[in-house]
Amino acid sequence: MIKEYFPNVDWLILWQETKNTLYMTGISVLATFILGTLLGLILFLTSNGNLWGNKPINAVFSTIVNIFRSIPFIILIVLLIPLTTILVGSMIGVNAALPSLIIGAAPFYARMVEIGLREIDKGVIEAARSMGATTGTIIWKVLLPESMPALISGITVTAIALVSYTAMAGAIGAGGLGSLAYNYGYQRNQNDVTFMATVVILLIVFVIQFIGDFITSKLDKR
Amino acid sequence: MISIKNVRKIYPSKQGQLKAVDDVNLEIKEGEIFGVIGYSGAGKSTLIRMLNGLELPTDGTVTVAGRVISKIKGSELRKARQEISMIFQHFNLLWSRTVSENIAFPLEIAGVPSTQRQKRVNELIKLVGLEGRENAYPSQLSGGQKQRVGIARALANNPKVLLCDEATSALDPQTTDSILELLVDINKRLGLTIVLITHEMHVIRKICHRVAVMESGKVVELGSVLDVFKNPQQPITKRFVQQVTEPEETKDTAEHLLERYHSGLIVQLTFIGESAEQPVITNLIRNNNVTVNILQGKISQTQSGSYGTLFIHIDGDEKEVTNAVDFIRSHQVGVEVVAND
Repeated sequence: MIKEYFPNVDWLILWQETKNTLYMTGISVLATFILGTLLGLILFLTSNGNLWGNKPINAVFSTIVNIFRSIPFIILIVLLIPLTTILVGSMIGVNAALPSLIIGAAPFYARMVEIGLREIDKGVIEAARSMGATTGTIIWKVLLPESMPALISGITVTAIALVSYTAMAGAIGAGGLGSLAYNYGYQRNQNDVTFMATVVILLIVFVIQFIGDFITSKLDKR
Repeated sequence: MISIKNVRKIYPSKQGQLKAVDDVNLEIKEGEIFGVIGYSGAGKSTLIRMLNGLELPTDGTVTVAGRVISKIKGSELRKARQEISMIFQHFNLLWSRTVSENIAFPLEIAGVPSTQRQKRVNELIKLVGLEGRENAYPSQLSGGQKQRVGIARALANNPKVLLCDEATSALDPQTTDSILELLVDINKRLGLTIVLITHEMHVIRKICHRVAVMESGKVVELGSVLDVFKNPQQPITKRFVQQVTEPEETKDTAEHLLERYHSGLIVQLTFIGESAEQPVITNLIRNNNVTVNILQGKISQTQSGSYGTLFIHIDGDEKEVTNAVDFIRSHQVGVEVVAND
């Protein structure tokens, strides 16, 4: 019966491309989490009245983040082709998608990290300073743990955005479910393939959202 | 223990300079509970933050436990801060940590090994009376319990000085009293020097030995709590003293009494220290041919003695009444004739 409704779907290829999508999403989420948290911390700490309060540095980072956040992803991929070729050695394949995925998502996530950090009560930071904590201790033991639910729900949103970015990256040769839908579904007009690719992507998104919500609720002791 | 010399703190603002603290000089002794009272904006918050270097003075020096806080920086300042703890109006606990973990935080900062840390945390939990709540999160605690965690956390590294920043202002009256009792207990048991800032005279009366009254950045009055209560000099101090000695209704009562009694005198007596414990009224009636009617009275305890006010109506022969008032005066009791017919 499945054969009847989905005559063009090659299940082996579907599975292979699902793995590619998961691979691209997984690596880029991990890298975005680290890079975005770092950027977010810099944005927060250098902002006016904070531990490293420094207007010029804050302005520089803020501008970089704003620029990369504003470039539409499909254009960013094209712009980054030279960089990708240097880093990965090719502009085709799953690994070639990673630099643009990370550079596209990290600034977006950095802003969410900054918002999460701003929500921490200033008094708590003051209390840690009054105990003689170093800035490093304040980052590791106050800022990150106290904002962790916000950081996790932020990375959940970012991860879902990254799933759709991988589909776009697929259109220019990165592989994954996006390229499957594009190459088979659109180019060869096989709508059943597009439909199945969509179903799998939806499943991935639901699972990410579920895991994110679960971890956030476990961490949130407020 | 603490010495504040010619300290000024000036903030630049759009309307020129804002003098938050203006030439303050204070000496606070070891083991003392020292109160700073003032309305908001008086500069008391800035002043207390200069004691642990959270704010730096524009001019002058702040010395705490032999260290010049206003000069040192970096690791030396962080080391000094471990000996100068602070508790806060809004407790400032880490919500992501349990009670035990919150109390352990300053120990982690000081680099205490984990087994010793656990032992110390257990001691502190007993000291502040939070047994059984070790694994609760701050969101599961009442305000009073949160401040107990704050106090335990502040005491973790055996500080020499405890700074209290409006520590009871967010608590209800009963909880305030229990926290104040805990502070007195800690002061007596550990010999800790306590500096607290507040806008409630009640707090000063209950636990402080000495008090400084601040108004627009300056210390306008300074002295032992009992002296300040007995003889407030500045109008602002009088207002603060009235917070405790004259409840709102007193004024109404006095007016009401004046309407009712047309002969004799209505007198307000102020008892300080030992005189509060003498049977002055009994002696008054035995030695003078007058009738005495007690209208309203109140005795408050301070750390260095009691303080009381009493409204009485004295009636009888005019000469006898005058003698009676003189008699009370001779017994070191403050007398103020409210009004007479």
